[in-house]
Amino acid sequence: MAGGIYGNKRRTGGRKLVALQGEYLGMAVAIDDLDRANQEFYRHCGDGRLHLQACAACDLLRYPTTTACPWCSAADYQWRPVSGKGSVYSYCEVHHAIQPLFRPFLPYLILLVQLDEQAGAPGEHDGLRVTGNLVSPSGELAAESLVRSVGIGTRVQVRMIDLGDGMALPQWVVDESAEQPAKPWRYPQE
Amino acid sequence: MRRHKEGALNSTIDASAPKHLRGKYAIVGVGETEYTRGSGVTTRVLGTTAVRNAIADAGLAAADIDGMLSYNGNDSVPSTSIAGDLGIRLNFYMDCQGGGSSTEALVGIAIGVIEAGLCKTVAIFRSMNGYSQVRIGGSGRSSGRSALSGDALFGRAYGLASAAHNFAPTFMRHMYEYGTTPEQVAHVKAIHSEHASNNPKAFYKQRVTVDDVLASRMICKPLHLLDCCVETDNGNCVIVTSMQRAKDCRHVPAQILGVVGRCSKPRVDNHYQSGPISSVAGIYAKDILWPNAGVGPQDIQVTGAYDAFTFTTMLQLEDYGFCKKGEGGEYVSSGIMRLGGERPNNTSGGHLCEGYTHGIAMVIENVRQLRHDVDDSCPVGTDGKRQHSYDYSEGGCRQVKDVELSANLGWATPATGSALVMARAA
Repeated sequence: MAGGIYGNKRRTGGRKLVALQGEYLGMAVAIDDLDRANQEFYRHCGDGRLHLQACAACDLLRYPTTTACPWCSAADYQWRPVSGKGSVYSYCEVHHAIQPLFRPFLPYLILLVQLDEQAGAPGEHDGLRVTGNLVSPSGELAAESLVRSVGIGTRVQVRMIDLGDGMALPQWVVDESAEQPAKPWRYPQE
Repeated sequence: MRRHKEGALNSTIDASAPKHLRGKYAIVGVGETEYTRGSGVTTRVLGTTAVRNAIADAGLAAADIDGMLSYNGNDSVPSTSIAGDLGIRLNFYMDCQGGGSSTEALVGIAIGVIEAGLCKTVAIFRSMNGYSQVRIGGSGRSSGRSALSGDALFGRAYGLASAAHNFAPTFMRHMYEYGTTPEQVAHVKAIHSEHASNNPKAFYKQRVTVDDVLASRMICKPLHLLDCCVETDNGNCVIVTSMQRAKDCRHVPAQILGVVGRCSKPRVDNHYQSGPISSVAGIYAKDILWPNAGVGPQDIQVTGAYDAFTFTTMLQLEDYGFCKKGEGGEYVSSGIMRLGGERPNNTSGGHLCEGYTHGIAMVIENVRQLRHDVDDSCPVGTDGKRQHSYDYSEGGCRQVKDVELSANLGWATPATGSALVMARAA
């Protein structure tokens, strides 16, 4: 699909977009009808595969959704499917929930996953670093034993969690098919 | 004034070539409220009190203030309310959005608007009920109940709601890449608590040890409770004017040598996309700060490296060149930044112990240091100045001896920082 920040009649057939509404862990989700790029991002996730914006001018992928290319400022882009595989680049292990809805899941992991695509580009230290939680194969926020097995270097793959209204939230599971590091790096005071 | 030493890290700095209004402006007044968790008053009262105290401290009258700047994170009060309350007629004012890193940036803006002729003397304030009304991360009543927008899905949907969650990947990555240890970083809190024990204003005056930090409950790895600052309610103010006018004020001016305002890394929207993520905005800001100030990090005798968390102090000192990249853990645990060490940091106790002000109190502390009149428990002499003992034991002095140069390193996020170099005016 071709796209830009203004309009996308090819996709909508000229119909007016409406707000998408869903729910996750008891939190309401509402993506405004003006926020077309995010609607498309989460609808692609709902179709089962992670897509990122690819710049129509420089071809670089980007994350999260932006209104122009952070590398060359061009507005136009296409949605491009990516493998949804990568490595844990850094993480935060949360033991004190700010949001009450997360209290039953403590401790939970917020991962920064570096996708295999575009690692080390355009700059040597750049990469597509996607945020998400570690979840179990069934899609629940990971239990403590699983949390403790994951660290920097762990190979993970995306797992889409249904939000409703055709949308899904990208989360991460340990990639059982991948070769894992002997000992992923974990915070030392354990 | 001490000038750049031979062999210091920034060997290209030319202190003999004045740049960008170097030394032409000063902070002449500072004031604050007490630090509480439950002020019992509005941010308007806190702001008015802080500005009035700073005007009195400068030896000025309300009629001498004709410019006002403030910053807020939803919980402050506009300049117009404070000016009205104090009978100040403004020739210029601006209230901007923001938290940490705002103070130094607003000092730069104050210099600019005075230089441009818009006004003559600017009061910069921050007023917040940062504990009792608006807490970081939005843990108030409405938390978790508003619908997640498209952009919020990239954060709050993942339980990513606080500054700690946002910054932790940078902190972790620094440990991973450089072997920085929890013990090293915990020294920041232990040292700041020593300083706070000599600060009658500090909210937490009790000294804690590295072991206390490591034994405190985990908030989010790598941050224990005592790696995090203490949210408080308070108002604070600094007054900026020209060096010419500063000479008529009550105290030795804190002369402004160089300012950096909200200097940022690439992808400031989501800096994790652009590495190295273990570095912070100081890697860019240092190239503005030191040449403009005409001094280098080795010349600085007291620092105010923002301590929202223990890690933020370390990362900034490292990236502004106070030590080599990756050696921040060694720097902060070496004793160099204790009172009595070569370059004390946050002698007030900072945000970790004194109270949380989004950086302005760290500037106030360094202004008082440069006056050689920091408000510790030392006795006040007949000239109205404290007779400092330089005994830094608990409950004692916190004045740095003969200090002439300070640096404040303000933090918004890993991707954005501000800085300010000040000198004791000759």
